[in-house]
Amino acid sequence: MASLTSTGARSESAAPVTVFQARGLTKVYQMGEVQVHALRGIDLDLYQGEFVVLLGPSGSGKSTLLNILGGLDVPTAGTVRYEDHDLTVYDDARLTRYRREHVGFVFQFYNLIPSLTARENVALVTEISAKPLAPEEALRLVGMGERLDHFPSQLSGGEQQRVAIARAIAKRPQVLLCDEPTGALDVNTGIVVLEAIARVNRELGTTTVVITHNVDIARIADRVIKLMDGRIVGEEHNARKIAPRELVW
Amino acid sequence: MRALNQKLLRDLWQLRGQATAIALVIACGVATYVMFLSTLESLKVTRSDFYRQYRFADVFAPLKRAPLTLTRRIAVIPGVDRVGARVVAPVTLDIAGFDEPVTGLITSIPDGGQAPLNKLYIKAGRTVALGRDDEVVVSEAFAAAHRLRPGDGLDVLVKGRRLRLTIVGTAISPEFVHQLRPGGVFPDFKRYAVMWMARTPLAAAYDMEGAFNNVALSLARGADAQGVIDRLDVLLRPYGGVGAYLRKDQLSNRFLSEELKQLENVASIFPVIFLAVSAFLLNVVITRLVGTQREQIATLKAFGYTNVDVALYYMKLVMIIVVLAAALGVGVGAWLAHVLAGIYTHFFRLPYLEFRLAPAVVGGAVLVSAAAGVSGTVVAVWRAVRLRPAEGMRPEPPAKYRETLMERMGLRRMLSAPGRMILRHLGHRPLKSLFSVVGIALAGAILMTGRFQEDTVGFMMYVQYVLSQRQDLTVTFVEPTSYKALYELRSLPGVTDAEPFRTVPVRLRHGHYDYRTGIEGVSPGGELYRLLDTRLNTVPLPPEGLVMTDYLGHILHVQPGDRVTVEVLEGSQPVRQVPVVALVKQYLGLSGYMNLDAMNRLLQEGHALSGAYLAVDGRALPRIYDALKGRPRVLSVTERTQEIRNFKKTLHETMLFWTTVAAAFSAVIAFGVIYNAARITLTERSRELASLRVLGYTRGEISYILLGELAVLTLVAIPFGLIIGRWLCGYIAHSIQSDLYRVPLILEPKTYAFSALVVLLSSGASALLVRRHLDDLDLIGVLKTAE
Repeated sequence: MASLTSTGARSESAAPVTVFQARGLTKVYQMGEVQVHALRGIDLDLYQGEFVVLLGPSGSGKSTLLNILGGLDVPTAGTVRYEDHDLTVYDDARLTRYRREHVGFVFQFYNLIPSLTARENVALVTEISAKPLAPEEALRLVGMGERLDHFPSQLSGGEQQRVAIARAIAKRPQVLLCDEPTGALDVNTGIVVLEAIARVNRELGTTTVVITHNVDIARIADRVIKLMDGRIVGEEHNARKIAPRELVW
Repeated sequence: MRALNQKLLRDLWQLRGQATAIALVIACGVATYVMFLSTLESLKVTRSDFYRQYRFADVFAPLKRAPLTLTRRIAVIPGVDRVGARVVAPVTLDIAGFDEPVTGLITSIPDGGQAPLNKLYIKAGRTVALGRDDEVVVSEAFAAAHRLRPGDGLDVLVKGRRLRLTIVGTAISPEFVHQLRPGGVFPDFKRYAVMWMARTPLAAAYDMEGAFNNVALSLARGADAQGVIDRLDVLLRPYGGVGAYLRKDQLSNRFLSEELKQLENVASIFPVIFLAVSAFLLNVVITRLVGTQREQIATLKAFGYTNVDVALYYMKLVMIIVVLAAALGVGVGAWLAHVLAGIYTHFFRLPYLEFRLAPAVVGGAVLVSAAAGVSGTVVAVWRAVRLRPAEGMRPEPPAKYRETLMERMGLRRMLSAPGRMILRHLGHRPLKSLFSVVGIALAGAILMTGRFQEDTVGFMMYVQYVLSQRQDLTVTFVEPTSYKALYELRSLPGVTDAEPFRTVPVRLRHGHYDYRTGIEGVSPGGELYRLLDTRLNTVPLPPEGLVMTDYLGHILHVQPGDRVTVEVLEGSQPVRQVPVVALVKQYLGLSGYMNLDAMNRLLQEGHALSGAYLAVDGRALPRIYDALKGRPRVLSVTERTQEIRNFKKTLHETMLFWTTVAAAFSAVIAFGVIYNAARITLTERSRELASLRVLGYTRGEISYILLGELAVLTLVAIPFGLIIGRWLCGYIAHSIQSDLYRVPLILEPKTYAFSALVVLLSSGASALLVRRHLDDLDLIGVLKTAE
């Protein structure tokens, strides 16, 4: 597995490399005649190889923030930079390319393609990337090496989510964005999924952002950012980050 | 239920694209149905109304010459109602500024101007006035062809005598609705004139004073028609009567009936096909459409709405679409029927049109559409309400997929992940894919039916007027003539060849089967006229015996080797036994054929001919016309190229309209089906496609997945459509054959191409429209919601 270890792995001593830099991020949705302020001026830096948990209740703006970081949405005001890309000025085509080249997504409802096997769901992404992992390798990394040719209908929820993680990381993305990845799963299955995410972060050095409203899950992160009403209301570094299997909730 | 009604309107608005497409499909089906059946109904009503009001006779009898006193004996035959004894005279005309020979027929009317039978419908001017010798009423069609008006003069040659007449009116008679000159197959109003004159001057000119040569009868209600005919034949035989016949055998009526029968056949096939196809498509589309509403149905049920409420709700939704569409279809159909019936009225030369929009026709069309819509809805709603509400609202488990046969056969490696998605999705619900394919194929198939008639008739004409008949002119004489006439024709400057022919009107009997037709005597080894079978081989005419078309053989139940009784219906009316030596397959006509010499021997009349086929030098044509014009024995002169033009004109007047409408409707149906298939696929797969967009797939790449599926369906459907289309055309060809012609199944490559092209274009247009929706995919929403 040594070959998988990223060269840009986190180092305690060296100055951290900034991956994302957001300044004054504001997002206002026009819902009919009502304006909804989803983000109210967020300043945020995310560093290479970091494992960050965005914590907050429903409607706190964490999904909006994640979507903007992932190039699925654009802010109403403020700027967001990924390395030297200014995402705020990107049009749809360039955002698509950005997602394709740099971002891996994991969703609450897995969003696997039911007509493709586990291997093929991963291949869906590796076919359009420059230097991907082999689909089998990505699936082994999340512990799904034995179920390569199973269709989603033949997999449990946790297994489907692990396939989704394999699909997200197979392109060797610089960032892995996970929106409530355990939201639809029971505890034990959720832990297995979080193990997979943590392993990817550890072994590939992928900057990882996980959204959750579950406080306990925050303990597996390097850094926890708390959101409320579209604002960052707190930030803490875990002195001791625990392994997902130690979690109880 | 007010909230639900609100939702109904909103849902309708949201589904407006699909609803419109569905509505168009139904409207086309209904419109076709209404158009054909209303046209048919209107024409039938018009015909019977015209026949009744203008006292179309029931029995007709031509004869040589009988004294007018005989009419009293005719009138007392039991069952006879009215008697019209007429003078009927073949004439030639001189039209200023028109070089070609024009022939015609003048029928006498009583001097007062109103006939007891076959009354004239005066279109312009008036009928002949008492005491005026120089007045003539001409057929409206002939007048129109030459722009003749009441007041214009007309020079007519009767038995070599020139009469200077004045047109006083134009008219239409039930006896001459269809005006065919002897030997012609298609009406030619420029070169054949039907006219009426007062009895006294016509009899004087035609040497028929105090006599008549044609009688028409009407029968009392419940009269024994055959009994009347038998007695009439006995009475007329001494006066050269050649056999009375019923209205059904009367030339104009027979053609009109045949044409209406054709139309009826067509009307019983096309609208049924269109309506059935549109009903089928409606059913499929509605089933799928309601199927996409699973979650909403579950939500409604969770609120406490009953299954019946839900079913009624969707029923209402579908009914609104169906009723609006049917209304549109009825409106368009009625309008088209009006146009089509107008075209036929003009074509048949009916004097007016009694337009009928039969409630049964409209009701039938609406009912079929409604039934298709309701059954589709019921099936789909039943499927949806079977689920418990909680189940319906819960994310659906991933659908079960498997590798397709093609992949298992080893093609797997050739396919990209999107390629596999397309194939597996198609294979996942094979029935649904099959329905889509069938729908598109049916649209392609009906596209072919519209053009098939043109192809076929074009081919038949090619056989008839290019391969079989190669003469430039056909000259027909008033009565059988000696060969001297042939030599005269040959000696005309510009005539390069002349071949004689002889046609004899006969009644053929075999056992208790009989049929009134003609036998053509063909000169053996002729170059200008060749008898061809359906394989385009020349039919050899044996030195003795009768050859007939297989269709006639079928009517008479005759096999080669059988003997038939030939009753000749002219001259001394001999009756002969003749062996049938062969049956040939032919497209047109129901004639018998004999070697000309054998025929002359049979008739024991020496060498006689009815006319001749001429090959001429085109530059000499005007001079030849001039020479023929002065000859009283010449009944008609037909130019072959003119006959082809007449045919094309006929074809264009009647068929082209329908062909165009059929093509337009089929294209609409094709578009409706494909667009709906694409939209529903989009609904079913938007989540998947949005997920792919999130993963970094571009719009072009996801379009490939969605439209690739559509493309596969279309490409699979096209060949099926061509096969079904060919089959449908074969069925139509078989159904519309009649006494007048057998229809071969001829489909030009361009008809196949046309069908495939329109389906492709419809598919392309649908794809473009659906493609726009891909830009509106909700990328964020899809991540937050379960399926």
